[in-house]
Amino acid sequence: MTLAPQRPAHGSTKPQGINPRLRVESDAPRPQRPALKKSGRPNPAAHLSPEQIETLGHELDALRKEVMDSRGAKDAAYIRKVIKVQRYLEMGSRAALLFSNVKVKGFRPAWWIGTAGLSVAKILENMEIGHNVMHGQWDWMRDPKIHSTAWEWDNASPASQWKHSHNEIHHTFTNVLGRDNDLGYGILRVDEDQKWSLFYLFQPIWHVGNALMFEYSIAAYDLELGGYLAKKNRMSELELAKFRADRDEVFAKIKRQATKDYLVHPALSAVTGSARTTLTANVVANLVRNVWTNTVIICGHFPPGIATFEKTSIDGETRGEWYLRQMLGSGNISGTKAMHVMTGNLSHQIEHHLFPDMPSNRYAEIAPRIRDLMARNDLPYVTGSLWKQAGSVYWKVVQLSLPNKVEGRRRRDVIRLEIAKARRKRRLGRRF
Amino acid sequence: MRGARKVAEALATPLVPDDYLDLLDPMRAGADLRGRIVEVRPETADAATVVIRPGRGWQGHVPGQYIRIGVDIDGVRHWRAYSLTHRADGSAAAGIPAGCIAITTKAIPDGKVSHHLVRRATPGTLVMLDQATGDFTLPTPAPAKVLFLTAGSGITPVMGMLRNHLPELADVAHVHCAPSERDVIFHRELAGHHDAGRLALSLNLDDVHGVLDLARLDTLVPDWRERETWLCGPTALLDAAEKHWANAGLPERLHVERFRPSVVEPGEGGTVTFARSSRVVDADGATAILDAGEDAGVLMPSGCRMGICFGCVVPMRSGAIRDLRTGEVTVHESDEPLPVQTCVNAVAGSCELDL
Repeated sequence: MTLAPQRPAHGSTKPQGINPRLRVESDAPRPQRPALKKSGRPNPAAHLSPEQIETLGHELDALRKEVMDSRGAKDAAYIRKVIKVQRYLEMGSRAALLFSNVKVKGFRPAWWIGTAGLSVAKILENMEIGHNVMHGQWDWMRDPKIHSTAWEWDNASPASQWKHSHNEIHHTFTNVLGRDNDLGYGILRVDEDQKWSLFYLFQPIWHVGNALMFEYSIAAYDLELGGYLAKKNRMSELELAKFRADRDEVFAKIKRQATKDYLVHPALSAVTGSARTTLTANVVANLVRNVWTNTVIICGHFPPGIATFEKTSIDGETRGEWYLRQMLGSGNISGTKAMHVMTGNLSHQIEHHLFPDMPSNRYAEIAPRIRDLMARNDLPYVTGSLWKQAGSVYWKVVQLSLPNKVEGRRRRDVIRLEIAKARRKRRLGRRF
Repeated sequence: MRGARKVAEALATPLVPDDYLDLLDPMRAGADLRGRIVEVRPETADAATVVIRPGRGWQGHVPGQYIRIGVDIDGVRHWRAYSLTHRADGSAAAGIPAGCIAITTKAIPDGKVSHHLVRRATPGTLVMLDQATGDFTLPTPAPAKVLFLTAGSGITPVMGMLRNHLPELADVAHVHCAPSERDVIFHRELAGHHDAGRLALSLNLDDVHGVLDLARLDTLVPDWRERETWLCGPTALLDAAEKHWANAGLPERLHVERFRPSVVEPGEGGTVTFARSSRVVDADGATAILDAGEDAGVLMPSGCRMGICFGCVVPMRSGAIRDLRTGEVTVHESDEPLPVQTCVNAVAGSCELDL
């Protein structure tokens, strides 16, 4: 939540909404897209004229309206069913874990069943339910129990902070370098146009660590911990107070979450001597959820073929241009229906980014039409299997840990120079 | 007990224990009040009685009171108020099984909920309920002489009173208005009371007598001025009757039940009221409520300013808004606050926000 900007109290003269993204048309002439980007890579939308982008915007608006107008009892039944299945699965799995230490022929069946069930339940809760409910996809049902303003999820990051950083920042400024921190979360270099520094040399390690601890890194990220550490000495009293309040909220949430998974449920299992095994089951389920969600999410914007955008390229951006950026800045995962549900339909990342408030069960039906629209406009629709997409991101993380290849300059020398610079800085730092 | 509750909360977080218990028994004591439709019984061609078994948290009612009922229609929850017509002591009456509650509704033109209840609702459906409320009730002891003046489905709260209190009422005159004889809800039951001398029923049928002219009361119920009168019907009748009784110098004799206090007519632009910051702003039909509020210095929550992040959502208490992207109008129809996105909606006529 941001507060209202200071504006003159007396009559404003603007007749239209101040946000150009509310309209497909623009009052100001829109610039033609440059053929090449700063890094020298081709711009995938260079061939589109402003008029074509306008047409594309109208087409997508019409598609959105068609689906939104047809929302009904079947959709409502879908999300209620997913919620019901998830809750029964979680209850059942936790019940099984009460006996997780019971051995049958040297093997603990309840542990395996309970851990697998709990992992799936947590994934469903975070993705197909939590992520999508908090996007407001189900607000239209006017059910106060399934509403973006009321939902809290099974994750370290408090809903309010996640909604700000995800719905507001990431979805509005998708893939804009310097505006969308989701591009590498501030710890990874996932695009050639991102500046290289020594820190990224070890990014394969950061990447794996991030995946394992994903719920906590999301919490730190939503809290804007990195920004705080970088400029805490320059923050105003008000900013500091806000940070402290947010931090306390995160700690309170983590405490509740940890108490549940690592204290209360294991304690209940102590009756059957299964406290330790329940604890390990909860740890494993959280790890599985972390790695799975991370794997799905890195496929959304990091695989090769997905475009990033310069800060200035979005000045005065119209609704059509925004749609265009969402399509070019996202990538899908192909797979079975079960796979789509387990990814929270983020496997339809392109469709989700075009219409973030559309019920997730409808993405599959519009996907062929979006693909067709993009093909007609000669735009690349990035998609592939989970293994292909995730694998390409892992490989990219390795590749981009090194500086970009530049003609006439060895990468080894660039790294040496950076190390020397860092040493000098440290010496200077010590002296003063 | 409090300790057990704390443990249950710790087990269920980030949900609450009720979320799990609701799966197992949505009608249990302590749950949000819900009910299950037992039967939908036609009364006339366009009116039906909906018999509902309420959850165990049901606290009973005083005859004449109404409940709010929340039904999901095409996936969207709608709340409406309807008068209760069953016996308050829980005994069976008029075909309503013991322990069940009943409302009677008439499908009105453009009435989404009434149409749904009369034509599409099916037994077994779970509905949301509120406890009974309202002060359209008979005093104790009951007055010696009573006039019930009802029109259309306005009969329902009075039927609630008759089914519970008729034996205690010594002298009852009842004037009921309906478009035609076959539109009279509870006709047989009322006629039975009339024939048995328990009340004096006069029907005013539009197709026979024309719309009721209150001057006709002098003929139908010559002593109407001496009677405590309970009135329920469409707004036009209520307004006319209030004037009639006031002119007679007897406004305190008239007890009125109003169900549709105002009908929202969506307009282009209009007045936005920010209730908690007590600010009223005029905005045109092209200005987002968010912008109008910020310009007036209201502390507005905001986010993407293009309708995708839901960071600007605030509850709307009443009124109508128009989506700047699609032109779609959303009208607030119940007394349940409706969360709306201020960044992509302009006021359509007027609206009041909880901000």
